[in-house]
Amino acid sequence: MGMRGKVLGLTGDEAVAYAIKQVEPDVVAAYPITPQTIIVERISEYVANGEIKTEYIAVESEHSAMSACIGAAAVGARAFTATASAGLAFMWETLYIAASCRLPIVMAIVNRALSAPINIHCDHSDSMGARDSGWIQIYCENSQEAYDAAIQAWKIAEHPDVLLPVMFCLDGFVLSHTLENVHTLPDEDVKEFIGERKFVKVRSHEGREVPFVLDPENPITIGPLDLYDFYFEHKRQQVEAMKNAKKVIVDVGREYGKISGREYGLLEPYKLESAEVAIVGLGSTMGTAKVVVDKLREKGRKVGLLKIRAFRPFPYEEVIKELEHVEVIGVLDRSLSFGAQGGPLFLEIRSAFYDFERRPLISNYVYGLGGRDMPPDLIMQIFDDLEKIKEKGRVDVLLKFIGLRE
Amino acid sequence: MSGEKLSLKDLARKRDLLAPGHRLCAGCGAAIVARLVMKATRGPTIVACATGCLEVATTIFPYTAWRVPWIHSAFENVASTASGIEAGLKALKRAGKLKYDHVDVIAFGGDGATYDIGFQAISGAFERGHDILYVLYDNEAYMNTGIQRSGGTPKYASTTTSPAGKVIPGKLELKKPISHIMVAHRIPYVATASPAYPLDLMRKVRRGLEVEGPAFIHILAPCPRGWRFDPRYTIEMARLAVQTCVFPLWEAENGKYKLTGVSRSIARNPKMKKPVEEYLKRQGRFRHLFTPENRHLVDEIQKIVDEEWNWLLKMCQLS
Repeated sequence: MGMRGKVLGLTGDEAVAYAIKQVEPDVVAAYPITPQTIIVERISEYVANGEIKTEYIAVESEHSAMSACIGAAAVGARAFTATASAGLAFMWETLYIAASCRLPIVMAIVNRALSAPINIHCDHSDSMGARDSGWIQIYCENSQEAYDAAIQAWKIAEHPDVLLPVMFCLDGFVLSHTLENVHTLPDEDVKEFIGERKFVKVRSHEGREVPFVLDPENPITIGPLDLYDFYFEHKRQQVEAMKNAKKVIVDVGREYGKISGREYGLLEPYKLESAEVAIVGLGSTMGTAKVVVDKLREKGRKVGLLKIRAFRPFPYEEVIKELEHVEVIGVLDRSLSFGAQGGPLFLEIRSAFYDFERRPLISNYVYGLGGRDMPPDLIMQIFDDLEKIKEKGRVDVLLKFIGLRE
Repeated sequence: MSGEKLSLKDLARKRDLLAPGHRLCAGCGAAIVARLVMKATRGPTIVACATGCLEVATTIFPYTAWRVPWIHSAFENVASTASGIEAGLKALKRAGKLKYDHVDVIAFGGDGATYDIGFQAISGAFERGHDILYVLYDNEAYMNTGIQRSGGTPKYASTTTSPAGKVIPGKLELKKPISHIMVAHRIPYVATASPAYPLDLMRKVRRGLEVEGPAFIHILAPCPRGWRFDPRYTIEMARLAVQTCVFPLWEAENGKYKLTGVSRSIARNPKMKKPVEEYLKRQGRFRHLFTPENRHLVDEIQKIVDEEWNWLLKMCQLS
């Protein structure tokens, strides 16, 4: 189980590129941006060396990258792109179009801060800014998870109950440029797991049941003008698809576990049994936080953590289930929503508990903006703070900045 | 079937791929252009359309006028969307997953989508050499949003964002030489065409589909609403634009310029060339030019048209 593949020393970007090589999508359309570049460089090499038959489109912008993916996916091809920061921001319009046209495109986001001032290092302001675009979002803790997500994403996106694009996110530099041992699957296992892209049937304007793809024998119109008489219903369908995605992410994660020995779900609890205080977060910092939890547990402190893997769809019920016994929760956000009560993850977690009978105390910690380091001692400080809140029985300051000079 | 062999008789028998019942205005040049372009297709075809009149008025959900697979993505990205379609088809064919030997890809964009917001995407797609036919239906302003000026609006035309006022006589800038810019991309085929000369238009569309690599056809699409003329005169406006050399008909295969149709006749017999006034005076958007104080602007337009025509004649001789 999972032992058939090779263990390779790969950076996060290389792990993504290697997975994409094994998936061998029909089209990759991408524009270079730090720290995503290694992904597109490697894929270009695979194409140049004839290792994959993928059509690589070196587009002139990220807007065109997503637009080309839209065209390719609409004609029945598997389409992949990767970007970061400003590139994702430049795609903004087309993100909504890809999702609303129900095209199962897959995209790697190598998280990087947004300008201004220009900064090439990690935070989550780029992907968090796209959280309402209708894309499924999966956050990765390490290169292994990025590799695994790059394979699972296709099966989630193309599931007939879902048909939504998937972006999986890995932290810029922290993961993208850092070497790790990555357990890979044999090529044939990946191909078999992904299978062939299938198409749902839709009723065409000629009244026939036809595959949902641009096919000259079965013409359909994609992306029409859709006004107040139908637009709302179409949005409602996207809500339903996103709901369905929850089950599909879990099913695909379980199925993937069977071939790899690594099972995935919507979230990952870590030492939450009997925890009195816990932190919730996503991305690479959760790896550091696990080490901190281990150390504190050794000292007998009742701490734990909850890692969110799927941010869209957001696993509200599952979050409550995991944290219902916890008295104080610290939510870690690596991005801001200016003018809001807290960061995007905080707002979700706090909202999740609104209808819960026994609401825990919840505090927000914003950290790591523009790549500011988040070493174990800072996470330790957060746990200290959470225990203080527990003693006091109330949250005095809702939003705190960690590792910031004030 | 080669482009040269198209006959009106055969084309008339072909089923319209842009069906009637769409909601483009009476006398809309774009509707005629799109219908003629689709008449000239040669086999399995996929159409991508930029945001604009043609898109909104032909696909009001749950209706569509398109009898071919059709996609609209956004305003500025029809060339990149078409790039993806073409690349997808190529990859599917290579993988043995395409049931057709070949599928033609046509991208439609208006002047806003082509001269302005989508310019970069077209330039990128042409540099990359995708085998697509880009059709610019040029009604010379943002007609869908209410007649705002674009990079394709001619000098001194009055639009809602370049209005002829007491001080400023309409748009002060020249129309961007879009087709020559496309020739400069060194793509295999560029042409201009007019719905007043349907056979010439359809022959060029067919040629654009036949060449391997990008093709660009710039078609003037008179707009009764925006140009301010009676809808019954659409074809007459399109014809006058060619007869006055405001919009000459030419094609450039592999950079080699060649006049076609009436423009070729005018080059041989310059007496056939009509003064621009005959074209301008028929349109409300140029009405302000026909006052005593603005009269010299008509002369200026004539001078510009003459210069551009002479430049084109030189290009045709040189290349």
